[in-house]
Amino acid sequence: MSADLLKAAWGYRGFIYGSVKREFQSRYRNSLLGALWNIINPLAMIIVYTVIFSQLMRARLTGVDNNLAYGIYLCAGLLTWGFFQEMIARGQSVFLDNGNMLKKLSFPRITLPIISVLSSLVNFSIIFALFIGFLLVTGNAPNLSMLAIFPLILLQIVFAMSLGIILGVLNVFFRDVGQFMSVVLQFWFWFTPIIYPLNIAPKAAQKWIELNPMTAVAQAYQGIFVYGEWPNWHSLWPTCVIALILFILALRLFRKRAGEIVDEL
Amino acid sequence: MSEVQVVKLSKAYKTYPSQWARLAEWLIPNSKPRHTLKWVLQDISFHIKPGEALGVVGMNGAGKSTLLKILTGTTQATSGHLVASGRVAALLELGMGFHPEFTGRQNIYMAGQLLGLSMEDLHALIPSIEAFAEIGEYMDQPLRTYSSGMQMRLAFSVATARRPDILIVDEALSVGDSYFQHKSFDRIRQFRQQGTTLLIVSHDRQAIQSVCDRAILLNKGKLVMEGLPEEVMDYYGAMMAEKEQHTIRQERLDNGKVRTISGTGEASIRSVALLDKHGKATEVIEVGSPVTLEVHVDIKQDIPRLVLGFMIKDRMGQAIYGINTHRLKREIIDLSEGDTVVYRYAFPANIGKGHYSIALSLSRLDSHIDTNYEWRDFALVFHIINSTQPDFVGSAWLDSSLDIQRA
Repeated sequence: MSADLLKAAWGYRGFIYGSVKREFQSRYRNSLLGALWNIINPLAMIIVYTVIFSQLMRARLTGVDNNLAYGIYLCAGLLTWGFFQEMIARGQSVFLDNGNMLKKLSFPRITLPIISVLSSLVNFSIIFALFIGFLLVTGNAPNLSMLAIFPLILLQIVFAMSLGIILGVLNVFFRDVGQFMSVVLQFWFWFTPIIYPLNIAPKAAQKWIELNPMTAVAQAYQGIFVYGEWPNWHSLWPTCVIALILFILALRLFRKRAGEIVDEL
Repeated sequence: MSEVQVVKLSKAYKTYPSQWARLAEWLIPNSKPRHTLKWVLQDISFHIKPGEALGVVGMNGAGKSTLLKILTGTTQATSGHLVASGRVAALLELGMGFHPEFTGRQNIYMAGQLLGLSMEDLHALIPSIEAFAEIGEYMDQPLRTYSSGMQMRLAFSVATARRPDILIVDEALSVGDSYFQHKSFDRIRQFRQQGTTLLIVSHDRQAIQSVCDRAILLNKGKLVMEGLPEEVMDYYGAMMAEKEQHTIRQERLDNGKVRTISGTGEASIRSVALLDKHGKATEVIEVGSPVTLEVHVDIKQDIPRLVLGFMIKDRMGQAIYGINTHRLKREIIDLSEGDTVVYRYAFPANIGKGHYSIALSLSRLDSHIDTNYEWRDFALVFHIINSTQPDFVGSAWLDSSLDIQRA
């Protein structure tokens, strides 16, 4: 069902690649340090989380004998959540932002969400590589379980891209969706154990938080980086199923409404 | 060689009384439709033969843009179908996919890929794009340093880098300065000669008449006329003049041309004649000889002001000369029903040999757009012959004198 969409996107791979590259480059045009800013910004963020939280605020994870543990815990959750959130936020505005192009040019529209996801992935890869570099330097890496981040990232991409496309299409017809989602994302963030470990939440709340599909993903990342353990694959199944359902819904919605989008823009 | 076949094409936009109604329609299964359809195109059918050029004219809101969008594939028709074989290129808006921070060359690659060209194609096409755009060393400067004319040059060069099978042009003919306009127009003409099927939307009479084989006229979403560009443009001109809908009628003349007469009828042309120097009506005139255009006008209702204009048009329908009594400051005011006015314009027939026609207009002001008592195309047809002057080319007789010195 999605073969022709994929084929169309493949035909425009040069455009996709060029757009991603251009977006990356355009951010630092006319700056002296250029691409170096791509490193400085996230590095500052990692240092703030690890050094300030662990050293100055003396925040500790219970049961782990490592000064940096809470900082690493924070980064593992925050960086991956940031990636997830960016994909959704860009997805929901992708058709609105490119309205004029959609109206004036005939090209595979599916390339637009693909470009936005790949751009987010580039940003995330840089940040995450720095994070892993930081772990190597501080002696908290490597461990074999880190290989598990690849399926996790893939899962996040499918989840966020599908959700992003659904929201992106809906947002064209109902502008409330964008506003609504920024509210939802705030709550979603705090209902995911990113800043806090799940076990310090009230017992009654824990059950609800566990229903959140992103909880298992965040915990898997935290497990890998803080404890060096493989994710609990069983806990990830519900998230995979939800992601798959969203994916099918997204394709169906996109197909059904792609023509109407142009009329509405 | 590609043709375009459009069969009973219709397009409607859905309008909902409120956003909630749309939500309800989306979410409630098997709910009754809550939208009303607003038809912007209805039952449009036409056919463009391979290598033919079709002009599309119509007022704003007639549905031209929607038709183009359907043809280029950015939007879908509600019903009917469309066959367009081959590679379709559209010049709807130039400069899509351009980014101001990147150089002309980088932008060519991006815009080109957006138009469906591959990287290899573009590598091969870059020299010709560069040559056609003629922007010199700006090619490697960021786009934000370009003048708008230069951006248009570059955009047009990319968009037409490869000859399409079907080219759709939306008023994009006015690209940059007049030099580049000619150049871009030439390229479009060349494409035609090489077999590209062309569809042009324009308000410009000259553009339509000089390029198109046929034209269609859209009004309020319907195809109201199809015919030779000149006939359609005349009808369109008459239609523009009377948006309020008065009578427009067209008569077929003996020479196969179509005469368009329109107007509200307060003043009407009773007769028109071209008189030679002996005062005798004639249709054959010698180059440079004095002639008089005599027009009798009947006043059918009291009117405050009357302006008579005439325009001589060549075989292609291009204006050669035109003037009116307003511009000559000789308008007549306060006319009463039953009056008759006789106008006599005298001028030397300083025009080249060939067929010409005269169009007349009776209006209140300078332009017939405001009030149009009567507009009459092909009011008169005449021939210019040349038996007394040296043979010359062109539509103007300048009677040049010659002085040669040989040292």
